[in-house]
Amino acid sequence: MRLGVFLLKRLLHSIFVLLGLSILIFIIARVMPGDPARLALGPRAPEWAVQRVRESMYLDKPLYAQYYYWLKDALHGDFGESLVTRRDVATDIKEFLPATMELVLFSGVIMAVFGILLGAISARYSNTWIDNVVRIGSYAGVVTPSFVFAVLFLLIFGYVLHILPSIGRISSGVARPPVITGLITIDGLFTGHFAAVLDALKHLIMPGVALALGGMSQEARITRSSMSDNLRKDYIAAERAQGIPERVINLKYLLKPSLIPTVSILGLDFAALLANAFLVELIFNWPGMSRYGINGMLRKDLNAIIAVIMVMGLVFIVVNILVDLIVAFLDPRIRLGAERSK
Amino acid sequence: MERSAHATFWSRKLEGFGRGWYKFSRNPLSIIGLIAVLLVSFLATFAPFVAPYPKHAGVFVNFAEASQPPSLRHLFGTDVVGRDILSRIFFGFRFSLMLGVVVLTLVVPPGVILGLTAGYFKGTWIDTVIMRITDIFVAVPPLILALAICSVLSPNIFHAMIAVSLMWWPWYTRLVYGLSSSLRNEFFVQAAEVTGASRLHILFKEILPNCLSPIFTKMSLDMGWVILIGASLSFVGLGVQPPKPGLGTMVADGRIYMPDQWWITVFPAFAIMLVVLGFNLLGDGLRDLFAVEEV
Repeated sequence: MRLGVFLLKRLLHSIFVLLGLSILIFIIARVMPGDPARLALGPRAPEWAVQRVRESMYLDKPLYAQYYYWLKDALHGDFGESLVTRRDVATDIKEFLPATMELVLFSGVIMAVFGILLGAISARYSNTWIDNVVRIGSYAGVVTPSFVFAVLFLLIFGYVLHILPSIGRISSGVARPPVITGLITIDGLFTGHFAAVLDALKHLIMPGVALALGGMSQEARITRSSMSDNLRKDYIAAERAQGIPERVINLKYLLKPSLIPTVSILGLDFAALLANAFLVELIFNWPGMSRYGINGMLRKDLNAIIAVIMVMGLVFIVVNILVDLIVAFLDPRIRLGAERSK
Repeated sequence: MERSAHATFWSRKLEGFGRGWYKFSRNPLSIIGLIAVLLVSFLATFAPFVAPYPKHAGVFVNFAEASQPPSLRHLFGTDVVGRDILSRIFFGFRFSLMLGVVVLTLVVPPGVILGLTAGYFKGTWIDTVIMRITDIFVAVPPLILALAICSVLSPNIFHAMIAVSLMWWPWYTRLVYGLSSSLRNEFFVQAAEVTGASRLHILFKEILPNCLSPIFTKMSLDMGWVILIGASLSFVGLGVQPPKPGLGTMVADGRIYMPDQWWITVFPAFAIMLVVLGFNLLGDGLRDLFAVEEV
């Protein structure tokens, strides 16, 4: 019951935020100096063609009417035509989103698993050389932009060592598995195209790790500090006194509550993954939505820009609801339905 | 009489500062951060005097010395048109610091005032309006919206500053909101209310001074993040425009000459890491010093 109310509240809030975001990005896209239609077609396009684009984007109507028409179409899944690819933006996004999701999810898994693992190891062996290595490494990870990691990886593993493919999702000689989800690794596993899975994984490693390292370092730092705080608590001493095996204490009583701050920050770190995907996809020529978005931005393709940002906002909101649910599951003290304190 | 009171006031301040410095300097990492920040600030401010080839910061071509690997003459090598990378990095620091300072100057006052107000009026419509608006702004990572704003305006460093500022204020609003909404229940605030102090007095003289340490700590950490976002914008071509030497621009420019001319890309990349690391270590030191938990 409580969970239902909580979910409903979050859902309503999400709809409100998405509407607000659409108004915000719509205003941003329309305050652009100059005529978007003329800009899209170039200075040599005939006036009638420019006029047609203007009408198709409702640019001849007042701003609130433009927004109304845009919203009406968007709710039907129609984001207009991309002024660069000359196709429906919705079609473009359908094609490019799976690649981004595959990259970001792969990266997210690396980030969470290794971040927590490194943090736990660091706390377990605190003040030994292992701890110091992890701490210094995670500091370096936090302060290094993912595009710098990407460029360095490309240099080392792609150009110098030649052990990993440097661009794209899959090698040109490898047959793609039939599209089910659009995620090559998952589709390949379902349909038994294991060569494709292996090849896709190889392509994923460099961009995935470059994206993950920042968030992973942050997760490691937070897990370490919350675990070492909890280690000093009385209840751990009480459990030790009762003779509960150390392994059980670590896994059952120490790790679970210590993960609450880590998971809470996962939502933000996931947002950082989405944001940095814009740069990393560009570097690795990854045919995803972020690269599509950034190319749209560089060429002032308004319909594409608005749609890409809305989809990003949607993904981010879904992830945050999931994170809230996981935190509630981990922490019985957090009363579902109550306002979050932060 | 008045003069001696004045003197005690300052000697107390000085003593407090001395104690704070002692605590701060206990942690070698904080000192490293401070040194990095001071070094970068110095190099940026005096770039025309300390850079070995100040002319190389702009349009400059010398094909006789193009694409040279690091040497004593050019410590970090030269780019494809013969410009000294080290000199360009010094000037690149200028753009980075300028971006950070301008953005924070634009962002902190409105963000803090909105947070103070929303927190003090928690539960009223003022709170609802302000905080729901911040919800919208934080629904998408700041980098993505900053990219979008930069792209619809013509890309240059000035627009990059505006774009990042537009995206950054909600984080200060959120921080101060949390502090302000708990401080308003403290006795000293209630005492001021009972004695009939004005709202302005309560917000700025009673509540704000108690929020300053977290705000300053966040500013120090944010300098690093804002600079990083600026470098990212420049990297995709939406920030500092060539031939001006943005650190992100330089990393991007060198990419096509990898791996043979790795120095064009690698040294500016390290420069970005140095700046961000410096402000982060400094911020962490301040966080420990002020015992701030919220940031």
